[in-house]
Amino acid sequence: MTVTLKKTDVVIVGLGAAGGVAALPLCRAGLDVIGLEAGGWMSPSDYAPDEISNNYRGWPQATQKANREVPTHRPSVGAPYTPRPDYHPMMNAVGGSSLHYWGQSWRLNPWDFKVVSATTARYGAARIPKGSTVEDWPFGLEELEPYYDKVEYEVGISGKAGNIGGKLDPAGNVFEGARSREYPMPPLRGTEFTELMTKAAKGIGLHPFPGPAAVNSVLYEGRPGCAYHGWCDRAGCHVNAKSSTAVSTIPKALATKRLQIVTGARVTNVEVDRKGRVTGVTYLKDGEVYFQPAEAVILAGYIYENIRLLLLSKSKAFPKGLANNHGQVGRHYMSHNQGAHVSALFSHNINSWYGLPAQGVGVDNWADDNFDHAGLDFIGGGNMWIYPSRRPILAASMSTFGQTKSWGSDWKAFVMQNADRTNGAYLQKTTLPYEDNYVDLDPVVKDPLGFAVPRITADFKDNEKKIAAFMMDKMVDWYKAAGAIRVEKGALGTMIPTTHAYGGARMGDNPETNVVDRWGFAHEAPNLAVVGGAVMGTSGSRNPTLTLQALAWRTAQHLADQWKSRTS
Amino acid sequence: MKSQDKDAKTSLSRRALLRGAGVAGAVAGSLGGQAQAAAPSPPRREALEALTAIEADVLEAFCARLIPSDAAGPGAKEARAAHYIDRALAGALASSREPYRSGLGALNARAQAAHGAPFAQLSPDLQDALLTETEAKDGAFFALVRGHTLQGMFGDPYYGGNADFIGWDMIGYPGLRLMASAEQQAMDPHLKPTHESAYDFAMFNRSHGAHHDMADMPHQTPGAGRKDP
Repeated sequence: MTVTLKKTDVVIVGLGAAGGVAALPLCRAGLDVIGLEAGGWMSPSDYAPDEISNNYRGWPQATQKANREVPTHRPSVGAPYTPRPDYHPMMNAVGGSSLHYWGQSWRLNPWDFKVVSATTARYGAARIPKGSTVEDWPFGLEELEPYYDKVEYEVGISGKAGNIGGKLDPAGNVFEGARSREYPMPPLRGTEFTELMTKAAKGIGLHPFPGPAAVNSVLYEGRPGCAYHGWCDRAGCHVNAKSSTAVSTIPKALATKRLQIVTGARVTNVEVDRKGRVTGVTYLKDGEVYFQPAEAVILAGYIYENIRLLLLSKSKAFPKGLANNHGQVGRHYMSHNQGAHVSALFSHNINSWYGLPAQGVGVDNWADDNFDHAGLDFIGGGNMWIYPSRRPILAASMSTFGQTKSWGSDWKAFVMQNADRTNGAYLQKTTLPYEDNYVDLDPVVKDPLGFAVPRITADFKDNEKKIAAFMMDKMVDWYKAAGAIRVEKGALGTMIPTTHAYGGARMGDNPETNVVDRWGFAHEAPNLAVVGGAVMGTSGSRNPTLTLQALAWRTAQHLADQWKSRTS
Repeated sequence: MKSQDKDAKTSLSRRALLRGAGVAGAVAGSLGGQAQAAAPSPPRREALEALTAIEADVLEAFCARLIPSDAAGPGAKEARAAHYIDRALAGALASSREPYRSGLGALNARAQAAHGAPFAQLSPDLQDALLTETEAKDGAFFALVRGHTLQGMFGDPYYGGNADFIGWDMIGYPGLRLMASAEQQAMDPHLKPTHESAYDFAMFNRSHGAHHDMADMPHQTPGAGRKDP
């Protein structure tokens, strides 16, 4: 029997990177917020520097709700399904995957907001890739700037500005859009190796810079600076230097006494009335079914979960799933073009045993539209990122660069000499949405409760493949300039479940092609908002989290400011 | 490590204890199985948790060829990589138990058929030839064992492998530190290995390190290659 709870102002489904931010402006505006989180609270004692646990046995994802819902994937309709990953890329907890992410916290490039108009103006409309459904965002970077700024200060981001009010500073990223002020903390320190790479980049005319990170470089709001101990990748921080929402915006929201968090809550349906207005959500906790009525609902799960919940929430008003009467839920899906890495071998140790993925040096010369594409056959580009991060099993799993087979005494001798002489570059590249890349519900695979899991139908297209080839060549140049004795290019792969996924509930003014309006509220259900990567219409060539946090803040602030019109 | 001496002693005595049990297990296994596997193995093994004694013999030899003990130093045998795998197959890697049964069994059968002796008793050259064949013909099983051997060699000793930090010393890993200074991140810092397990630090919760409640999810249904009707 369903227990009906007392009505609240706002329910947020999921208290991760996005929901954990959205709660704060609502609570500060005096609204009562209930945060339903499938996971629980975690603490620094949960983050042992243990590679087997963190990186091979999926701690903590393996124990969680999300892991029962790993999406299936096929590259295209009719193509064989790819192997389903053992572990969901994301996790359930208060703070969500902001607990174990790398923390790279970029603003998008101005071009990412206006791919269609900027490309058309500079190169002609014919340069928009065939089959792409890309649209300009309903606003530009300047609209999001104040929210980026808020989030950088409330979450705690370290970095070096490259463009304050149009004044460029080569110590930062000169390709970034104008910002109103400097980061709240200086960047994480470099290492001798990142300095070597920085010098090499400058030597070939590039503009290297330390990247922005949701990791404290110094004491900030009572949390210490980074310990650089080397176990940040897929693990939480043992000293709370990583600015997850669990240690930044969520405690601030709790301090208002307006936020009530319910852990272990699995939302199964978003309820609507006959007119199609959202009335609340149904969730399971400890074997009981609850209905939580609310004036407004914000879906803040990861994009797969947001899409799934919309599609599962069928009603008279929404027979194809909530806010899906135009068939747009799950469309315009992108997963980041992150494969096609380049790795290098050096003739000397580089000491990457300590440090963290966010402690790196970036180059944006070949990102977005920062270079002339007139003579090229693609649009967009990539960010190149070099960082120290090495763990023992990972180190021993290194490529032998064709020098030995992968076992035996020769291999052993190779690894003994070279385990600390490799580096792998992280190349994040533009991905565009296409007509035939989408997420829906799997017709066969269900979770243990009997609900269909999400199904991804998506593959990289020509534009993404051409960017990948181009970026690998650029990275090879950079490594060679730094003295690498061998370089190796990786494969692009296909669009399997990932931590960088976008779309499915795209934001835009046109309800025929977008699920949510420019404020993040469903065109078809005005008191329902979606936050997270699902609303993003382009991927950019950098990590999504700060952008989706800025968008989440903006959506929540809008709800607080327009409370009457949104809820009546 | 602060309590290094004490820990070394207790782990040594525990190891000696387990070694005795291992011999008993091996003898019982061989009596129950092939009576001709007569010569008692040297007392080197911990009590088995998942594998049969015969399977463990094959796996020990397999791991020892992947990462040999040679002039450059000790290998998978001394690091007890096979012990790591055996323990894991009884817990977090239980879903791999069946591939090990069939894969190790097939390898031993090929050794018997080709050379008239169990895999573990063949010369290193013959073992390498059979492993090369396995790598080519049953790449998935070979990759499974190789991956787990790397975990047992280079993972945290808490899980039963990387004994005496042999794996970490082999690749020059200077060990776990809760904080690394700028100097410790310099290119050639000549750091003294710390030789500590994550769980030597009192602050970390071991309960999920044990992983017995974390059986890996059987996601493989429907697996790769499924096509829509």
